[in-house]
Amino acid sequence: MRFESPDTIEQAVELLNTCDGISRVLAGGTDVLVQLRLALVEPELIVDIKKITGMREITAEDGGFRIGAAVSGAEMGEHADLVALWPGVVEAMELVGSTQVQGRATLVGNLCNASPAADSVPAMIAANAVARIVGPNGTRDCPVVDIPVGPSKTSLTKGEVITSIYLPAREDNSGDAYLRFIPRTEMDIAVSSAGVNLTLDVGGVVTQARVTLGAVAPTVLVVEGAAKAIIGTKLDDEAIATLQAACSAACNPIDDKRGTIEFRTKTAGVLAKRAALIAYSRAGGSK
Amino acid sequence: MVTEYVEGSAGTEFNKRDFKVVGTRPPRPDGIDKVTGRALFGADLTAPGMLHATILRSPHAHARIVSIDTSAALAMAGVKAIVTSEDFVKQKGSGNQDTLDNCMARGKVFYDGHAVAAVAAISVKVANAALKLIKVEYDVLPHETDVDAAMLDSAPVLHEGRKFRNIPEGNNANVSGFWEFGHGDVEEGFSKADVIVERSFKTAATHQGYIEPHATLATMGPDGRGEIWVCTQGHYMVRDMAAAFVGMETSQLRVTASEIGGGFGGKTTVYLEPVALALSKKSGRPVKMVMTREEVFRASGPTTSSSTDVKIGMTKDGRITAGQAKLRYQGGAYPNITAMLGAMTAFASYDLDAVQTQAWNVLTNRPKQAAYRAPGAPMAIYTVESVVDELCQKLDLDPIEVRLLNAAKKGTLSSYGPTFDEIGLVATLEAAKAHPHYAAPLGPNQGRGVSCGFWFNFAGNTSVSMSINEDGTVSVIEGNPDIGGSRASISMMAAEELGIPFDKIRTIIGDTNSIGFNDVTDGSRVTFSVGLATIKAARAAIKNMCGRAAQVWGIDADAVDWIDGAAVPTGHNAGDFSPMTLAEIASDQAKTGGPIAGHHEVNADGAGVSFGVHLVDVEVDPETGFTEIKRYTVFQDAGKAIHPDYVEGQMQGGAVQGIGWALNEEYIYGEDGKLQNAGFLDYRIPVASDLPMIDAVILEIPNPGHPYGVRGVGETGIVPPLAAVANGVSHAAGVRMTELPMSPPRILAAIDGAK
Amino acid sequence: MSKIHVSTSINGDAVEYLCEPEETLLDALRNHVGLTGVKEGCGSGDCGACSVELDGRLVCSCLVLAAEAEGKTVSTVEGMADGEKLHVLQQKILDHAALQCGICTPGILVAAKALLEKNPDPSETEVRYWLAGNLCRCTGYDKIIRAVMDAAAEMRGA
Repeated sequence: MRFESPDTIEQAVELLNTCDGISRVLAGGTDVLVQLRLALVEPELIVDIKKITGMREITAEDGGFRIGAAVSGAEMGEHADLVALWPGVVEAMELVGSTQVQGRATLVGNLCNASPAADSVPAMIAANAVARIVGPNGTRDCPVVDIPVGPSKTSLTKGEVITSIYLPAREDNSGDAYLRFIPRTEMDIAVSSAGVNLTLDVGGVVTQARVTLGAVAPTVLVVEGAAKAIIGTKLDDEAIATLQAACSAACNPIDDKRGTIEFRTKTAGVLAKRAALIAYSRAGGSK
Repeated sequence: MVTEYVEGSAGTEFNKRDFKVVGTRPPRPDGIDKVTGRALFGADLTAPGMLHATILRSPHAHARIVSIDTSAALAMAGVKAIVTSEDFVKQKGSGNQDTLDNCMARGKVFYDGHAVAAVAAISVKVANAALKLIKVEYDVLPHETDVDAAMLDSAPVLHEGRKFRNIPEGNNANVSGFWEFGHGDVEEGFSKADVIVERSFKTAATHQGYIEPHATLATMGPDGRGEIWVCTQGHYMVRDMAAAFVGMETSQLRVTASEIGGGFGGKTTVYLEPVALALSKKSGRPVKMVMTREEVFRASGPTTSSSTDVKIGMTKDGRITAGQAKLRYQGGAYPNITAMLGAMTAFASYDLDAVQTQAWNVLTNRPKQAAYRAPGAPMAIYTVESVVDELCQKLDLDPIEVRLLNAAKKGTLSSYGPTFDEIGLVATLEAAKAHPHYAAPLGPNQGRGVSCGFWFNFAGNTSVSMSINEDGTVSVIEGNPDIGGSRASISMMAAEELGIPFDKIRTIIGDTNSIGFNDVTDGSRVTFSVGLATIKAARAAIKNMCGRAAQVWGIDADAVDWIDGAAVPTGHNAGDFSPMTLAEIASDQAKTGGPIAGHHEVNADGAGVSFGVHLVDVEVDPETGFTEIKRYTVFQDAGKAIHPDYVEGQMQGGAVQGIGWALNEEYIYGEDGKLQNAGFLDYRIPVASDLPMIDAVILEIPNPGHPYGVRGVGETGIVPPLAAVANGVSHAAGVRMTELPMSPPRILAAIDGAK
Repeated sequence: MSKIHVSTSINGDAVEYLCEPEETLLDALRNHVGLTGVKEGCGSGDCGACSVELDGRLVCSCLVLAAEAEGKTVSTVEGMADGEKLHVLQQKILDHAALQCGICTPGILVAAKALLEKNPDPSETEVRYWLAGNLCRCTGYDKIIRAVMDAAAEMRGA
């Protein structure tokens, strides 16, 4: 194995593009090092991107925030303006692993690991987050929703590196929230999860909504029916019940050591309901 | 909090006294080393020229080993030695042979992770690369990991042709043990009952979950002499096993116990040590072996899983008329007696006219079980305490009152045979009943659970030696690895008996050449047995010191007493001399007859059983099945708490391990017979945020078998939580839970199923 | 394959070591620098026994490559005491008998120190969640939580 820590993104792309064997990008390393340890992957090349300018920065951009690929969860949680704008995305990222893992783990790493149970991904997709990708053919932007294509698989092509995530500006009276179910209070992988992002009018009526579910399908589900169920409502009991039912109906989970199909299906709806109520409250709505 | 109870008879050993050191809370002698990182654990030692060894493990749950070809691996640069089962000596006893076969598979692999070969090389990296070059041809066989399925005639047989003793007709060849206990006529008892509840329960296998993986460093030279450094609960056991397995005499192997990073019963056997020794013998170099966490889960002892049918009859005023339990345990691929211990303990809390328990041990394609804190008792008592709770519910009776009405006490013929001496169950129940926790209001979706627990406690072979140093300090050597602060409690008992301050004493764990034999640190035996031997060793030293004083004073040795750390004449008739302190006698020892020491060797008895009662409040989320522990209080009889902090620590730690067992911990096997959760991510032990403070209430009902009244406290604490939490969850969720762990999917399915 | 040369600062001392590319910071600390107070319980970031501070940030050293420590500062349990004088947290762990076997203790100490540097007045719940990545199998956490709360109170008062 070879370890490289280039100073520029161009060098990183060149290294990855010219490596014939398996390569891995290293940012926080909280997934990559576990894979190395368990010998799940034996890469020829590891490219540490943390020395590259901008990778460790959160910058304000057009009313939103651009989060560098090596920014840790802990750093996101310490950024007051980011937390104020996108509390659901930050809380989702902060649920990943322990305090120790938070010191290293990154949004981009969580995304590129492409686990259906990744905590930050449903929240990012609910937030319409966009990934910036640099590759052998230059720079492109891609909605986060289009990055994972299945468990452990992404749409990135050889030599491509995600350099940042952009969380957009938002209208007044907006709020987002993310909840997951785990058997303990910490240290577990989500058994099911839900992200909700919504905007209200001044009267507290939902005008825009995006509802996502994690760990209940090979990739994150965007549940249009659930969003429709609450748009035009003040999240009355009926709307919430319809959202919950729509979420459960959308689930296509597996039975595994972490949970049953039945359990995942039911709790995804429950979490979506609860997340919607939190997002509504954050958006300034009162019930 | 310590509630003092001094009642009952002075037994053969116990004498009431006012303690000066015992019962205080001095800092532990190994504390500074452990907070500064200086303490040396199993993996912390290196040796010049050291090799690293790793193990090739079976990917199959059950297979015949057709052949093993190590030639390519041995030819690899940096590889120094390889061993397989052929490099070990056949054992006379079947128990030892099973342990050896578990260290290195012979003929067959019995579980996913079973060791097949080991490579010693210049680095872990090279050793692991060499493992990939070992060619093993397997003839894969059908497997079974479930206890009930393994008892069916259709189940694959693990040990073809092997006969086990005392197995009744009608059991298949996987049943390796059968036991029966009880007294009275249970059918007649059931006929007197107003209500009978009959339930079946299952509990999953759990792992001890010590944070320190198994680790050892072994050296053996061409002279045939060996040394082992190892984290173990019993280095004499390691010496005897490892020497026997490589075919050397016991005297030629010296084993030193490192600091031990948790054991809970799981480090009472050998895994790596004989292998490292054999590799060192072959390579002529020191060999270090450290398990990965995955190996710890796949190949070191979890406890048994169980399937149990319980039937209990009760009159409408709460008197139990009869109890019956059929317990089926599996503890992996080799015979064990854990089911027997389950059958003995199931009804131990009750004074019953009619009780019957039967137990079966069944062989399955899982790792060889190892002891885990009160082995066999938690899952047995869980089933009985769940049914007692359900009877209380049905009859609308208070669960503590019912337990008091039926509680075992002094003179009770226990369900497993002996008649109890002084025991603390009633006092423990009364303390729970009177505690504010029991009267505290409960909120919505909350439930309160109660359970009793019991453990025998062991005593056994023990040796202690102490020397009185010229400066008036005392060096104590004991031979039991200190897992929870026992060096502190042993130093305290030595100080108490000698009448000198705690800080004048240093207690160490000697290596196997230092003092006489010691059984492993298990059965909650150390504070009891090593304490007993320490007190008697101190008395031997005191006798010697009294003799020295008598000699100086020119009086008869019988005319000297030992009071407050000094020799004094027994009275004016003996002569009018000022007390001669330990320090004074010590400084003159060369002139008065040479070194002063005391030692004691004993196969101790009279450990004294221990009872506990746990109270827990839980809250269950009816939409997700998530259980939160809201409040937890432990009541336990310690006999006498030598160092109350560490007694509380045992009670708290045991309770939390039991909570883990009740809620989330389990070995999960796939259809392929492979363990699916061999890591702390998915083997879910409780984390700090899962828990409230664990209140610990110590009761002290002296054990007649110990000079200070000590009872072991290490194990009882893990017994009650399973039923206490299950009873709390059953009340909170409104449905009786009968399978552990009560993971959220199980609870939610039960809630939805009951609708 | 050639080894990587790393210059770093460990517990205030300039330290250099050679490591293989796949070695972790935990491996380097234990095997090349001799700091065996840093423990390995799992190797996968699930137990916290290998906790260290890397540039002031609490991390699992098993999830950091040894090569990544180039130019950084590393703090381990061995750097907590000032000569013979224990850190308040170390003293409180002893005073509260907040250890049994002691294998998790170095990681707990480093993690708790990082907590109190960030939040001098944590609630019990905050301490419990901060330490959720530090597994302890002996104590049930009760005395550990009490020790950390007590240390925080003393450090605030000092």
